[in-house]
Amino acid sequence: MLSLTIKEVSLALREGRISPTELCRKCLNRIKKTKHLNAYITVTEQLALKQAQQSEARLLQGNPKGPLDGIPFAVKDNFCTENIKTTCASRMLKDYTPPYNATVVQKLLDHGAVLIGKTNMDEFAMGAGSTDGAFGPVRNPWSYAAPYREQTATAPDSDWVISGGSSGGSAAAVASLTSYLALGSDTGGSTRNPGALCGVVALKPTYGLLSRHGLIPLVNSMDVPGVMTRSVNDAAIVLGILQGLDIKDSTTVPAPSSLTELPEDFDVKNICVGIPKEYYAPGLSEETLAQWSHVADLFERAGARVEQVSLPHTQYSIVCYHVLCHAEVASNMARFDGLEYGHRSEMDSSTEVMYASTRHEGFNDVVRGRILSGNYFLLKQNYEHYFVKAQKVRRLISDDFRRVFSSGVDVLLTPTTLTDAACYHDFTQEDNRTRSAQEDVFTQPANMAGLPAVSVPTALSRRGLPIGLQLIGPAFQDKKLLSVAQWIEQRVEFPSISDCDDSQESGMEQTSFV
Amino acid sequence: MAASCVAASELLHNMRQTSIFYPKASCLIRRISTTSIQSDSQPQLKAKSVPQQLVGVVGLEIHAQINSSTKLFSGSPVRFSAPPNSLVSFFDASLPGTLPVLNKRCVEAAVMTGLSLNCTINRKSLFDRKHYFYADLPAGYQITQHRRPIAVDGTLTYSLFGGKKKNQMIRKKVHIKQIQLEQDSGKSLHDDARSQTLIDLNRAGVGLMELVMEPDMSCGEEAAAAVRELQLILQALGTCQGNMSEGQLRVDANVSVHRPGEPLGIRTEVKNINSVRYLARAINYEIQRQIDVLQRGGTVQSETRAYDSKSGETIPMRDKEGLQDYRFMPEPNLPPLIVYEDNASLTTCIDACQAVVVQKIKEGLPELPSVKRDRLVQTHGILPEHSFTLVNEEGLVEFFEAVLKETKKEPRKVIGWVTNELLGHLKQQDLSVSQSPISPSALAELLELHEMGHISSSVAKQVFQEMWRSSGKTALQITQEQDLGLVSDTAQLHSICQQVVDSHPDEVQAIRNGNKKVLNKLMGLVQKETKGRADPVLVRGILQKKTS
Repeated sequence: MLSLTIKEVSLALREGRISPTELCRKCLNRIKKTKHLNAYITVTEQLALKQAQQSEARLLQGNPKGPLDGIPFAVKDNFCTENIKTTCASRMLKDYTPPYNATVVQKLLDHGAVLIGKTNMDEFAMGAGSTDGAFGPVRNPWSYAAPYREQTATAPDSDWVISGGSSGGSAAAVASLTSYLALGSDTGGSTRNPGALCGVVALKPTYGLLSRHGLIPLVNSMDVPGVMTRSVNDAAIVLGILQGLDIKDSTTVPAPSSLTELPEDFDVKNICVGIPKEYYAPGLSEETLAQWSHVADLFERAGARVEQVSLPHTQYSIVCYHVLCHAEVASNMARFDGLEYGHRSEMDSSTEVMYASTRHEGFNDVVRGRILSGNYFLLKQNYEHYFVKAQKVRRLISDDFRRVFSSGVDVLLTPTTLTDAACYHDFTQEDNRTRSAQEDVFTQPANMAGLPAVSVPTALSRRGLPIGLQLIGPAFQDKKLLSVAQWIEQRVEFPSISDCDDSQESGMEQTSFV
Repeated sequence: MAASCVAASELLHNMRQTSIFYPKASCLIRRISTTSIQSDSQPQLKAKSVPQQLVGVVGLEIHAQINSSTKLFSGSPVRFSAPPNSLVSFFDASLPGTLPVLNKRCVEAAVMTGLSLNCTINRKSLFDRKHYFYADLPAGYQITQHRRPIAVDGTLTYSLFGGKKKNQMIRKKVHIKQIQLEQDSGKSLHDDARSQTLIDLNRAGVGLMELVMEPDMSCGEEAAAAVRELQLILQALGTCQGNMSEGQLRVDANVSVHRPGEPLGIRTEVKNINSVRYLARAINYEIQRQIDVLQRGGTVQSETRAYDSKSGETIPMRDKEGLQDYRFMPEPNLPPLIVYEDNASLTTCIDACQAVVVQKIKEGLPELPSVKRDRLVQTHGILPEHSFTLVNEEGLVEFFEAVLKETKKEPRKVIGWVTNELLGHLKQQDLSVSQSPISPSALAELLELHEMGHISSSVAKQVFQEMWRSSGKTALQITQEQDLGLVSDTAQLHSICQQVVDSHPDEVQAIRNGNKKVLNKLMGLVQKETKGRADPVLVRGILQKKTS
């Protein structure tokens, strides 16, 4: 039951094969059993059960609120949740409880979905491994599944692989079957990267389609709430519920069309798939490359036009991303001064001393480093040279995409990450900045241009770890993008973790419920 | 998204650089002579071209709180003197994840103000973040319009009394560099005894219009007159209540001195000025201070100074951590602010009731003070000076016109009573027109008594004083009670005139010798006898007969 998709479990709930409270309890039990993954910062057990009971009442009356009624979901801990701690995995907000819900959270609750917890992440979403948070790293569920275990001789607790990040907790929650759906946030790839490494579908919608109200910002001009599910169709269902104008976020626009379910038999004959040659990058693993060309071949064989295209400014994207990101971080983090909320240092001999020690104690090295460099880029004497220049390059990157899409290309097919998930020990050899530069290389250009992109898991590597591919589409063509993604999903037959999982009781569940 | 930001930041460099020289020819320059130069000057020095004297140069930075029921970017109500922190939304307290939503009313207020000050309204303007750490700035930055403000390049025409007797109207102009929309900060209350700082965020996020007036003024009086005119315009528009003591209008003055034709001197910024009167005093003090510094051979420091209204001096403010770099950055959560020229320029995807349309605002503008003055001069035949006084005093035009409705007296005869007697008394006791103990109809009754010939003009003034003191009594009551009515009993007047003629033989002789002016002296003496109540026409006739 836990390994089903939203669509499947929603049907089971309606048909009474399981009740929302039973389902909720199963997820909560599963969370306890997978505690070692460290996917959750807060588990909202009592509240979840209460919501599940309310959902149950509605279902019994034959009056569900929609396809999500009774479905457990998890939320990255940088979305505000009313009366539920929202920490951003930072000491700064360790005990912070917001008085309101983020718009996207509220929409899910309004549709009857059951919030089971807040997921772990890199502090303030700054990272690509979910290793740099105040509550410890997230472990990739596939570290404990048979395909990986069979390849390694050592004990699981010493050579586990990272979940990717920064929304690693959300990806691990969906992948480890504790939640059918999780919200992530995506600024430079933070939803797609862990999605690829944990083998789940990860959608970064077009900028402006989903409200950022209540999402504690990393980079306002690039942040987008991300959707993580077990199937592309599930992502489409959730997108349909979340998209649209929000008067609380002036950068949102009305949804281009009400998104219903995706067509089961999307025909790729008339589409053109672009393969950007710049994404054939140094460090790309042989296996990921093989997957990339395999899927490209699938398209070609099905009659789609597959063309090599060029996005010439791609190589400048990551540097430019860092300048813009750090500048906005410096600005966005200025509010954390210990006065109105959050951590406040005990050193209070003067307001300035209190500010400095509060911020020193509250933020980790990564956050402080970005604040420092961001403020440097914004200094009057540097603004032109760094910030303005980076914005100009951002325009060029955006223009690259525009040109390719206006030349007749419908979607771009790229890898999501260079390789499958790294071992924690290997990953933490490098500093956060270097890792971010490596990990975000394929994902952040879509954020620079505000375009929709989705990562679809395609296969397990020889190490037994997921590999994902990314599709990027033109702005507001999210539905078409997902249709193409679903077409891939239908052909690659990526395994469920429950099929590979010997250490957990999914096999037993299948006999008892399905 | 990113696209608009790129283009916008380029604009920063194309912005017109303002010249550092300002034409002064049309301006009456306040020359401050210094005794040291005059007394020390040697004859041979005088032979050379005399160095021009130092004159003041004044520019103003004005923050006008927008008169709006809610804040600039949040739905919190705006109210003065509400309980601390009772008007604070999640956004105002900068709770993480909250976003600004622009208040249309504030945009309209800025457009109205811009149009009234002859500004160019930018079809597209941008918001920026200005960063600095301060306890009453919860986000750590203020949202303002740094690169491209909503209105630019305007003028304000104002008048002030000048000339030798300060009774000539002089018309002047000051350039408005820009009007930008920005957030107000909260307030910090320092409790030194307990070494605590208390923060009140009620004001945080209230909409402000920052108006920058170019350094086109040369003295405190000019600056005060310009601010007064601005105050009147804002009040007429309803875009700002303009009360300086409540902080709705905050004026900082940039003051420097130089010799005309030479580059501007180093300027100081004078703050903490909370009335128009203090503005003039603070600026004049600062100009004189800088001149004194230079003449002693010193240099003026670039600094911020506070005006102390008790001592009338400006004093250096505690230096804030040296040089500030505000690290300006485009506000990423607000798309460019677009205003539309007219309904035709609205694109189909724009909701007409959400759009700000300049043409519509133009059509709805109320009568501005300058237009009102012209109208008063034309309809009532009063002098421009009078119209100036009327309009400058809140409620005085209405008072004047109410008096006119109830009396047959000509407006130009009524005006003196309003601008001299009434206003003089009000000013003396620091009262506003609405607090006047004499109502328009009470004054009208008094004037009517005079107009009908029941009382003389000197008695009328006497009655006015009495009415002022014993509020509630009518002019007629006072006249009757104190027997102030005009004496027109010919027999009584004959007898009084006879006494005067008899006791002043020299004067009578002078009149008879042809010096007719001396008759006035005798008339004065008669009035003295009658306490000003004698009918002057009758008295003149009687005296003429008796001295012929």
